[in-house]
Amino acid sequence: MRIALFATCIGDTMFPNAVKSTALLLTRLGHEVVFPPGQTCCGQMHVNTGYQPDALPLVENYVESFGDESIDAVVVPSGSCVGSVRHQHEVVASRYGTPRLCGQVETLKAKTYELSELLVDVLGVTDVGAYYPHRVTYHPTCHSLRMLRVGEKPLQLLRAVRDIDLVELPEADSCCGFGGTFALKNAETSTAMLADKIRNISGTSAEYCCASDSSCLMHIGGGMTRLQMGTQTVHLAEILASVEDHAGATA
Amino acid sequence: MTRVALPSPAFPPRAPEGAGNLRGSESFPDAAHHELANSQLRRNISNATHTIREKRLQVTGELPDWEQLRDSGSAIKTDVMNRLPELLEQFEAAVTARGGVVHWAQDAVEANEIVAGLVRETGSEEVIKVKSMATQEIGLNEHLESEGIRAYETDLAELIVQLGHDTPSHILVPAIHRNRSEIREIFLNEMADVDPHLDDDPASLAAAARRFLRHKFMTTPVAISGTNFGIAETGTLGVVESEGNGRMCLTMPQTLITVMGIEKIIPTYADLEVFLQLLPRSSTGERMNPYTSMWTGVTPEDGPQSFHLVLLDNGRTAALADKIGREALNCIRCSACLNVCPVYERTGGHAYGSTYPGPIGAVLTPQLAGMHGSHDPNSSLPFASSLCGACFDACPVKIDIPSLLVELRHQKVEQAAFGSEAAAMRAASIAMSSSGKFTVAQKAAGLGRLIAGKKGKISALPPPLSGWTDARDIPKPPKQTFRQWWGSAEGQREIADARRQAHE
Ligand code: SF4
Repeated sequence: MRIALFATCIGDTMFPNAVKSTALLLTRLGHEVVFPPGQTCCGQMHVNTGYQPDALPLVENYVESFGDESIDAVVVPSGSCVGSVRHQHEVVASRYGTPRLCGQVETLKAKTYELSELLVDVLGVTDVGAYYPHRVTYHPTCHSLRMLRVGEKPLQLLRAVRDIDLVELPEADSCCGFGGTFALKNAETSTAMLADKIRNISGTSAEYCCASDSSCLMHIGGGMTRLQMGTQTVHLAEILASVEDHAGATA
Repeated sequence: MTRVALPSPAFPPRAPEGAGNLRGSESFPDAAHHELANSQLRRNISNATHTIREKRLQVTGELPDWEQLRDSGSAIKTDVMNRLPELLEQFEAAVTARGGVVHWAQDAVEANEIVAGLVRETGSEEVIKVKSMATQEIGLNEHLESEGIRAYETDLAELIVQLGHDTPSHILVPAIHRNRSEIREIFLNEMADVDPHLDDDPASLAAAARRFLRHKFMTTPVAISGTNFGIAETGTLGVVESEGNGRMCLTMPQTLITVMGIEKIIPTYADLEVFLQLLPRSSTGERMNPYTSMWTGVTPEDGPQSFHLVLLDNGRTAALADKIGREALNCIRCSACLNVCPVYERTGGHAYGSTYPGPIGAVLTPQLAGMHGSHDPNSSLPFASSLCGACFDACPVKIDIPSLLVELRHQKVEQAAFGSEAAAMRAASIAMSSSGKFTVAQKAAGLGRLIAGKKGKISALPPPLSGWTDARDIPKPPKQTFRQWWGSAEGQREIADARRQAHE
């Protein structure tokens, strides 16, 4: 398959390892990975903060960057950005865009996937041949869980990883408190939610807390380093791309 | 031909400021600041919501057609909102035909005056009350008090709140923020003739309340209720409850006054089948609510001989006029969304400043009462959510609360964009509208490496970003962005390696 990589603004700038891992993993699985250079951001922050007109140029830029018909699928190592493409682009396009834009948004919506969806549903693999000899707990981020309904897919992938010690996270499906600008506008409530999430992570004695959303990981990780906890965060793609001989992007 | 300028139709009025309980005195973040510090409250609420949550999941899981029931509930309510005027007229005619008297109240002020006038006519200076959100919303008890009429809440939790000179913090469990030793204190201080040796055993507390209330049931000639449903077809009203105190109020007094929000209509008696399954399972995690009381007008020589119905707008028509936001009027006040909300769990209900707390409150309150500029506390409500979506999954009538919150944020910004934030959002939009500008912005982000310095993380930033760094670090931005790596010889070599592995 010809798969276009959407790095997302935060992935590209702050968490390149997660994006690199996605690219290397899919290439190793035999697919052609392309990176349309015009891409920037999905516009989620603007929509969620109430600035829909300002999201329009970003939606337009997304369809321009990924509109190439030779692309079979767009992969995104971030559940919430896929949620934005699927549920918010339509809102913005129908309110402020042209009918043509609405059509393009529809087309792209149907072929934009979060990493675990692409692997399990589209490519039909659960064992990607990864090796990760660490104790890991998985936090299913809200948007992957409830907007995309990825369900067990990330866990199916993780269970197939060799030598991984996967431990269940208590109250896994409760929100970590990130919520985009919520973390700033309601910083104290956000922190109270984070504190409970970190307490649950700490109880698992995991070396790594894994998720498929870099922004949630930045929030959780930021709290854990502040507490000098010693547990690190890792993106799902980084674990899946990690192999015994070639230490993968995480090495 | 001369053009005739038609006046544009006026937007329906919102609930008025200053009357009722649809506006707090501080913004959500400020109010939450006080509540978060109350560890007793946090524990009480967390324990209670977790218990109800588990029970709800159990009993909804039992029904093989739960999802279809939710769809039916949603469809019925959507239909109601689409033809509300017609159904209300049908309802009014049916109530009147059965001997009830219907009053229309545009807002809280009107409703309070109507009710106070009706009580005055009876000559009574006391009323007993069935737990009701509508009367909380309009601040009826306070208004009656100012008119020299004393209202007694008969729902146990509501009574605790009232005696404690407190406000409710949950739709269904108004005293959720109190534990039993606090309740014992309140009873000892506020109930006349209470046993001074009262202990904090729930049974003893309930017995004390029962003694207190029984006297009221026997002696008070006027009752005031809300309603869960009003059936357009028959003019029947219904209240569901757990304690039976409501039933006492609905049957013993001579005069019954019901205040009903106009959105509580359901078309036919048969529709009750759907809601009487959805409501108890969603709200208390019970298969059936213990008491369902229904009444239609007046029945000679049985129950209240005088029945008045006050139909309350108070911003509902304004909410209905908004195509997207009207979905919030489908709410049947089960409170399932509160019990699963991580924000409500930490802050409790008082932080929302309104009779309607939690996720649905964050949507409904600004719609009913408006968001008047940045300093209106209600303007902060649509932002009091992490948009985690748990409320949407729990809602028995499938109200898409996260999307409605996002829509209200949009409306808020359209009406009064926040100065510096709007500028920042505009700048970010421009910076990310093309990859050329974006890479320039990424270089600026790279400056973070300087701030992070040797520590490898950023631990202090100026406001508004200090909200983040007060509790969380920001990792040091990496040396190379992804696109730099992809464009580098090293990146291309790694990809070529990976391609070779694919063919091995
Ligand atoms: S919004 Fe839905 S879940 Fe919340 S109280 Fe209303 S009906 Fe219940």
